[in-house]
Amino acid sequence: MSHRQLLPRDVPVQLINADGKADSDDVYLAASPTALTDGYRSLVVSRRINDQCYALVRQGRLAVYPSSYGQEACQVAAVSVLDDGDWLFPTYRDSVSLMLRGIAPADALTLLRGDWHCGYNPHEFRVAPQSTPLATQLIHAVGFAHAAVLKGEPTVVMALCGDGATSEGDFHEAMNFAAVFHLPVVFFVQNNRFAISVPFSKQSAAESLAHKAAGYGMPGEQVDGNDLAALLAVLGIAVDRARSGGGPTLVEAHTYRMQAHTNADDDTRYRDSGEVQAWAARDPLVRLRKYLRGKNALDDAEETAFAAEADEIATTLRDALNTDVQPDAGELFRHVYATSTPQLDEQWASLQGELERSEDGAKS
Amino acid sequence: MTMLQENSAKVDTGVETMSMAAALNRALADELAADDCVVVFGEDVGALGGVFRVTDGLTGQFGEKRCFDTPVAESGIVGTAVGMAMNGLRPIVEMQFDAFAYPAFEQVVSHVAKMGNRTRGAVRLPIVIRIPYAGGIGGVEHHCDSSEAYYAHTPGLTVVAPSTPQDAYSLLREAIRFPDPVVFLEPKKLYWAKGPVDTSSTAEIGKARVIREGTDATLVAYGTSVPIALEAADAAAAEGRSLQVVDLRTLSPYDDATIDAAVRSTGRAVVIAEAPGFASMASEIAARISERCFSWLEAPVRRVTGFDIPFAPPRLEHFYLPDVDRVLDAVDSLNWDS
Repeated sequence: MSHRQLLPRDVPVQLINADGKADSDDVYLAASPTALTDGYRSLVVSRRINDQCYALVRQGRLAVYPSSYGQEACQVAAVSVLDDGDWLFPTYRDSVSLMLRGIAPADALTLLRGDWHCGYNPHEFRVAPQSTPLATQLIHAVGFAHAAVLKGEPTVVMALCGDGATSEGDFHEAMNFAAVFHLPVVFFVQNNRFAISVPFSKQSAAESLAHKAAGYGMPGEQVDGNDLAALLAVLGIAVDRARSGGGPTLVEAHTYRMQAHTNADDDTRYRDSGEVQAWAARDPLVRLRKYLRGKNALDDAEETAFAAEADEIATTLRDALNTDVQPDAGELFRHVYATSTPQLDEQWASLQGELERSEDGAKS
Repeated sequence: MTMLQENSAKVDTGVETMSMAAALNRALADELAADDCVVVFGEDVGALGGVFRVTDGLTGQFGEKRCFDTPVAESGIVGTAVGMAMNGLRPIVEMQFDAFAYPAFEQVVSHVAKMGNRTRGAVRLPIVIRIPYAGGIGGVEHHCDSSEAYYAHTPGLTVVAPSTPQDAYSLLREAIRFPDPVVFLEPKKLYWAKGPVDTSSTAEIGKARVIREGTDATLVAYGTSVPIALEAADAAAAEGRSLQVVDLRTLSPYDDATIDAAVRSTGRAVVIAEAPGFASMASEIAARISERCFSWLEAPVRRVTGFDIPFAPPRLEHFYLPDVDRVLDAVDSLNWDS
């Protein structure tokens, strides 16, 4: 394939515009209204989880929460296009995608609560641990896909990252490896315009990250990241290509982080509210709702049911995080090696001694 | 017939004499044959057989799916090994030279070392990272470094450094079967040193070994410093001093029991390692001996190490590397009049 055929469109793929109107497209087709209604349900649940988590941070129940408010369509689409046997390699901002993949909300939030680094068994849900170093997980995704090919398994791997991660060396190494070995990986960049406080213009001089794909020898595409229909179509084709032996794809979603990076930063210091408001007008939930209402594919009863379901998940989450669980100090030593070492045994015995003396009141 | 096969000569006992490089090659071949999940990859490991020829002939024998070349990208090599291990394979990766492995350091420290712990044991990474380490081969800049302390300092890693072809064979086979990631440090200058290898012999990771009995002082060494310790013990014997030599073999986890017993039996200890001494493996060994054997010691534990300078250029290397004279000077300083 010539590198021109690998190039993305100059304008991001959009199937439903901000007014909820459908755009026709000769390559990408919007999913059926029924499928999109199901996607809308996931968006409502995801938005509610983001809101609830934001509140839990303020209440001191989560140590930190990197919100994906405004990016929910990306989260929903990334998970929706995967089969059960496929794998997801998420980042710290992708907590909602973990829950959409079936991980109990409280288990998905163990990392951000600070109870443990990863609160679920990756093999059970086919979800790798959330990566906080940038871009490192992209290479793991590539290795995972390579092993799948060597073993003759039809697994597709969805690797998520943000725009900041594309500046890291590991992003380059992952793209290059995947293309050289022609591996079934979909690299999905959620370009939300900021790496903490650094705007995209200072992150990359490239207009489009998706155009980088051609340089590696893989197809790239850019898509409106607030348009669930477009995301499902573009990611769906990339997954199909990967599964049928067509190799990797780089997809860049243009979206926006509506809230601060985490509770620890003040986004008024690095962007003006006008920009945020402009993006609010492109909200993924609002536009899909308008579209579905216009198609009579969504009624009041369904909206009420979706809201109730979201409330129920939020309540479960709140209850789980309001429960004080005493962490088990033995966990610190138990998992470092498959078989413990004499040094760790000694150190654990020493800590146990400290704890016992503490309980006896001899140690304050 | 490949170079390595020429290097090995059958003898009647069933034990073959071969170089360490050949022993490592044999271990890789035996494990590739024993387990379909084992894969070997890195830069130049295929057609070339590795710059030190440790992977010689493996692609021909097992095919390109089992032993393959990758792009020149150390982080990518180690990072893909993480993903492969997550998906059930047992990857063995080659870092071409110790000082070229640093781009992979984030993957090693942040992911290879921590995955088992962060997933509460749900994801173990049975990866072997082979690194030719240390000097003594006249390599130019960035081709010789002693990076063992970086790895030994990292919880979750197991760090192995053999000193003989037999240990190289047995420990590499053990490392490949090990449930956790192993950083396998191959002493470059010993790649061509020959010795007997019994392919039915096993070695246990985590166990040091007394390789020479002695009663007056204990020399603790690993990897490239082991032959120096043995030579020093020979020289000391000629002067009437009986030196014991312990080969650490595994740097982390550390075998306190064997070292403690050895040092307590002699009451004196010298630690030999060619890395810079400051904040080093040698420092850790000396500190542990001092803490655990203080009542048995007749003299402070001495370290014989490289200087605290960037690794020396080839023509100055001999000024830098610990040698027999330095070891004997250290032994002489062990308070013999007490």
